[in-house]
Amino acid sequence: MRACFLFLLLMVLSFSAAAVEPGEMLKDPVLEARAREISKNLRCLVCQGEAIDDSNSDFAKDLRVLVRTRLAAGDTDDAVVNFLRDRYGDFILLKPPVENKTLLLWLTPFLVLGAGLCAAFAIIRRKP
Amino acid sequence: MRKIPFILFILLAGFFAVLLLRGKDPAVVESAMIGKPAPVFDLPAALKGKAGFSSRNLHGKPALVNVFASWCLACRVEQGALEKIAKAENIPVYGLNYKDTPQKLAAWLQKFGDPYTAIGADRDGRTAIDWGVYGVPETFVVDAEGVIRYKHVGAVTENDYRDIFKPLLAELKK
Repeated sequence: MRACFLFLLLMVLSFSAAAVEPGEMLKDPVLEARAREISKNLRCLVCQGEAIDDSNSDFAKDLRVLVRTRLAAGDTDDAVVNFLRDRYGDFILLKPPVENKTLLLWLTPFLVLGAGLCAAFAIIRRKP
Repeated sequence: MRKIPFILFILLAGFFAVLLLRGKDPAVVESAMIGKPAPVFDLPAALKGKAGFSSRNLHGKPALVNVFASWCLACRVEQGALEKIAKAENIPVYGLNYKDTPQKLAAWLQKFGDPYTAIGADRDGRTAIDWGVYGVPETFVVDAEGVIRYKHVGAVTENDYRDIFKPLLAELKK
């Protein structure tokens, strides 16, 4: 029982390993932390469901190195992201930006929640 | 009132069926480079005796830019189609040789065909990133002003030539 509990606890506490290799990392811990944050929201276009921070593909590795090169050259976080958006489009972002054309996408959860609440109220009222 | 869930189900199923049956490959990401000028670059010759490839080549005439590598299996099957396009359309096909070595490239071209006017060596893949490339092979159509007009992801077939490249090139040559 105790072993079982321990196993479950370890399962809950474990998290996915990043794909960043030691050789890719920047010496400056502040820059490296910024690179990690940026990489977590960049999509690996080869694997699509993964961030470049998690993916082992060559494409993801090349982009991780590029992100670090640009940061080391003095780019801001936004400049690095926009550099890649110019070349790969918004799809490179795991979180789509809030714009007019993505408004429906962002609002859908709230619309569905609202519709569900309305339906729930209507049903509860009808049955005394 | 009873029928509402059923109607919702039908609507949702129809929506998914349309997305599923429209035959679009979700692995193909539309290029953000369409309509933009080709990036500025200058790649050294990938082979002795054959010119390198730079952005200065992309002027005055429509051209194809093919991103390929000798280690790429899908690249083998498109050499015939590329050769055909180069000949039939009388346009240059430039090669962007991605993360390759001269020895392997030379042997590969001899075996599978060489449609290229010039081949630039992109050893570290950095220029390919400027083109928005995320895999090989990819093929771009660049117009006479050096603007990217189309990107093809995956091997180019003769059917692709007939259905996509031929009409597009005819329009660009007007």
